[in-house]
Amino acid sequence: MRILTLYREYFSMAWDALRSHKMRSFLTTLGILIGVTTIITIWTTIEGLNQYVYGQLSNIGSSSIYVEKFPWVITGDFWKYRNRKEVNWKEYQAVLKQVTLASHVAPEVFSIKKVEFKKIQLEGVFIIGSSEAYTFTSSVYPVEGRFITEQDVSNNRFVTVLGSELAKRLFDKENAVGKRIKIDNDVYLVIGVLEKKGNFFGQSMDDYAVVPIGTFRRVYGMHRGLRISVMTDYPEQIEDLKDEVRGVMRKERKLHPSAEDDFSINQQDMLSDLYKKLTSTLFAIVFIIGGISLLVGGIGIMNIMLVSVTERTREIGIRKAIGATRSNILTQFLLEAVAISSMGGLIGIIFGYLAGLAVLAQMDITTGVSLTSIMIGFGFSAFVGITAGFYPAYKASKLSPIESLRYDQ
Amino acid sequence: MLIEIASLAKTYQLGEIQVPALKTVDLKIGKNEYVAIMGPSGSGKSTLMNILGCLDVPSSGKYILNEHDVSTMDDNQLAFIRNKEIGFVFQTFNLLSRANALHNVELPLIYNGTPRNERRQMAEQALDRVGLGDRKTHKPNELSGGQRQRVAIARALINNPSIILADEPTGNLDSKTGEEIMRIFTDLHQAGNTIILVTHEEYIARHAKRIIRLFDGFIQSDETAA
Ligand SMILES: Nc1ncnc2c1ncn2[C@@H]1O[C@H](COP(=O)(O)OP(=O)(O)OP(=O)(O)O)[C@@H](O)[C@H]1O
Ligand SMILES: [Mg+2]
Repeated sequence: MRILTLYREYFSMAWDALRSHKMRSFLTTLGILIGVTTIITIWTTIEGLNQYVYGQLSNIGSSSIYVEKFPWVITGDFWKYRNRKEVNWKEYQAVLKQVTLASHVAPEVFSIKKVEFKKIQLEGVFIIGSSEAYTFTSSVYPVEGRFITEQDVSNNRFVTVLGSELAKRLFDKENAVGKRIKIDNDVYLVIGVLEKKGNFFGQSMDDYAVVPIGTFRRVYGMHRGLRISVMTDYPEQIEDLKDEVRGVMRKERKLHPSAEDDFSINQQDMLSDLYKKLTSTLFAIVFIIGGISLLVGGIGIMNIMLVSVTERTREIGIRKAIGATRSNILTQFLLEAVAISSMGGLIGIIFGYLAGLAVLAQMDITTGVSLTSIMIGFGFSAFVGITAGFYPAYKASKLSPIESLRYDQ
Repeated sequence: MLIEIASLAKTYQLGEIQVPALKTVDLKIGKNEYVAIMGPSGSGKSTLMNILGCLDVPSSGKYILNEHDVSTMDDNQLAFIRNKEIGFVFQTFNLLSRANALHNVELPLIYNGTPRNERRQMAEQALDRVGLGDRKTHKPNELSGGQRQRVAIARALINNPSIILADEPTGNLDSKTGEEIMRIFTDLHQAGNTIILVTHEEYIARHAKRIIRLFDGFIQSDETAA
């Protein structure tokens, strides 16, 4: 009760002090405002990005690895990778037959082709040649019709399964299954449409067609490089799977034990690690910039509080004369400093949050209010307020009652 | 005895120069006394009042207030004494300019943690008592000098202190208003309060029962009216 009574007084005093110097308080709080705005903007952006990126990365699935010529994240000499051999059909066969930990192994080849249906001509459509295992390794399942089967693959049939976006672009609301479309110069029978997967970093992941890999190879040549995707049903075994696949590949390529791999085994982790690295650098930069504005803001607050203490020496004397203790005066001025900085913090949180949302909106990402960022904003501003306000408040508390009363009398 | 002062001295240090303001003062004041302190300018009246009010500390000597040895107290204890035992009325009113009359009066109660409702009630009563019941929400700059001094008196008596100290309370007021203020002090004295006031005016001092005259840091005379 006692404490409550006192704090009510402190807050109304702080409020009075701020109100009676509106412009000054606003200018003082600007440093904090900018600092907190910067931090919260980036914080909100990064939190939104995190949600988004990890959501997106989970599309790749943590239970698949990909054997490819190039690593996903290239460090060092590009030409080293450039000169590597392509992953070939024989190696795919070896992985398929020898890797025991794999639940599914799919070969993949890619190309960009023209697709036609009646009057509709679409340029630059992504065509994937693969096997029946692709549905599992990429976890894409048909919502209409069926996926390509072993028979489709072994008989090199001219059949195709369409991503939902491509199906929509070609057939709109019409039924796609059973229609014949032209890919390049060949006619394919549409046997299925895949469920919608959404966007991956702004790119539709549903704008493609899958055809049997044998057909693809017959039409476009046998020597195109492959990518082999290998899946396990037990994600915790992924490292063992990787070792096994590596062993098979090295044996297949007759690599000397001391030679390094001349192929890459890619997995989702590489991307999330890269992302983490990028964002932690960004974080560090932002905290330095935000930190500097907070420091400047803190100095501003300290300065204005020193002025305020001097201006109000009389008031301090009066309060002491009627029974205010040192700690009463200290708390009063400390809270006033905190009030100024929190004001900046509050506005900074709002500005930063809105700015963060605006940045994310540019990237088509929506996210919710984050309690962490609000707490960080308040934490920082209160911390600056307390640190910057302490010396002036301490100075005020030490004033002798009689000297303060005599001040400018 | 309410107040006991023995060989009290106060010397101000002004750079190199020492300015003795009080030189060995001995004084006893009992409950419900009404004392006027007089003397020429610079004789040490305010210095004495400030020490009595625990706003300042003596350079040497003993000051016992209500059986507490004030001269050995620390800052917090002094703050407590100023809050509970002393009501100070200044020549220049010393009100908080941003706060209204009611808030100025209840301020001492805030620092001793009196609950809000009780506090409000007490402050209103105090303002009624000094005849300012209709000016509660006025700020100091919306009040006349006499009215401001009444607010200051209401503030001084709100905690029901052992002594009310007034350093030239009518110094900034015209004689008619001063007379009105003195009437309040007389009433307070009759209600049982102990009052010590400093004045330059004989006609003001005549309200008191006892007149102490200071001269150059000494008590020159100490007379109690019959
Ligand atoms: N803070 C101070 N520093 C130095 N000297 C001081 C200080 N306060 C008072 N003095 C000196 O102490 C002496 C007594 O001052 P004091 O204020 O007590 O006089 P006073 O009797 O109240 O005078 P007045 O009637 O003019 O108010 C004076 O000589 C004054 O110059
Ligand atoms: Mg004086």
